[in-house]
Amino acid sequence: MADGISTLTDTTFDEEIGAAGEPVVVDFWAEWCGPCKMITPILEEIAAEHAGKVKVAKLNVDDNPNVARRFEVMSIPTLIVFRDGQPIHRMIGAKGKGQLLQELSEFIV
Amino acid sequence: MAVNGDVRNVIIIGSGPAGLTAAIYSARANLAPLVLEGEPSSTSDQPGGQLMLTTDVENYPGFPQGILGPQLMLDFREQAARFGAELQTVKASKVDLSSRPYGVWVGDPNTPEPTYRGDTIIVSTGAQALMLDLPNEQRLLGYGVSTCATCDGFFFRDQDIVVVGGGDSALEEAIFLTKFARSVTLVHRRDQLRASKIMQDRATANPKIRFVWNSVVHDVIGDSKVEGLHVRNVLTDEVTTLDATGLFVAIGHVPNTDLFKGQLDMEDNGYLITGQGEGATSTNVEGVFACGDVQDHVYRQAITAAGSGCMAAIDAERWLEHHS
Repeated sequence: MADGISTLTDTTFDEEIGAAGEPVVVDFWAEWCGPCKMITPILEEIAAEHAGKVKVAKLNVDDNPNVARRFEVMSIPTLIVFRDGQPIHRMIGAKGKGQLLQELSEFIV
Repeated sequence: MAVNGDVRNVIIIGSGPAGLTAAIYSARANLAPLVLEGEPSSTSDQPGGQLMLTTDVENYPGFPQGILGPQLMLDFREQAARFGAELQTVKASKVDLSSRPYGVWVGDPNTPEPTYRGDTIIVSTGAQALMLDLPNEQRLLGYGVSTCATCDGFFFRDQDIVVVGGGDSALEEAIFLTKFARSVTLVHRRDQLRASKIMQDRATANPKIRFVWNSVVHDVIGDSKVEGLHVRNVLTDEVTTLDATGLFVAIGHVPNTDLFKGQLDMEDNGYLITGQGEGATSTNVEGVFACGDVQDHVYRQAITAAGSGCMAAIDAERWLEHHS
């Protein structure tokens, strides 16, 4: 699914993040989180509109507590941008599309 | 017919219970309302409003077993869409209520022309939760300070949490957080609670909740995450330290009325004044109506907001009949 959002787990996280050529925006979310659901369609649009420049992936913190703990996620939604396997930028809280794109613009090149 | 020229019959700003009820009624009246829902956020200032951050709503009639707040708002939204309301997930950035049709801007407020024009406007921008307004509270937002208990409670399993406030929202959050936390300390500036009797009974019966009375949070401590709080007793001025890794604030609300300053009459506390013209929801500007928490600091319930949203839609419909 080139244009879509991939799903990461505790098991697949390192391999998928390490193998990505482009920056990966990881959305830490959970089923019970209302604001998380509000940004899902926005992230899908961003993934489709910037395919090839940035990847978008999601990680359910309820099912995958290890990765969430490793990156000390204490609030969702949290978006962390990874490049070459390393976290380089963190955004906390749901935001509108314009604001998200503005914060992500330096990573979408 | 979706538009009248490029002028809408009704533009509804805000999409909580008030705005979406206004949308259902005006859509069913064939007015094809445009709803500017707002933008996603982790505060109550978001599409769906304050109920998007709650769990069980137990006092909305029609749901004997209760309903989840976000689900209730999705249902409101779907019902409005079913009758032809146009829902845009954008935030109004400016309004011009000086002449009809009224202008509403989305995005850049400095463009000469408004994004939308409407013969009538229904203001349902609601209210949002106050924060403590401490520098360290802002800095540690997302690192122990949370604006959304339902989102973040999970991360505080077996930890000690502080909830600030004494109303229904504070007790609801405190009780919800006991599902995860080892302890929840409620810090309140008075020696008694404002909350309803049923919530007080539940909170006092909960063995994980304790109360610190006559106290306010003076500062939040912690370098990279919350480690504790300095709490000041308002009677003695004594400052003590509370160990806690989480801080949730529920100390009240402010109406979202910045957009209307200088154009719509407000009370000193910023709430819009209604009942000024034709209809109980009328403002000081003809054809501009207000409903829900943006004009109500007394009742502030989903059901009263929905009721006033219905009234605003009927007022707008009658106004259009008489003035077009």
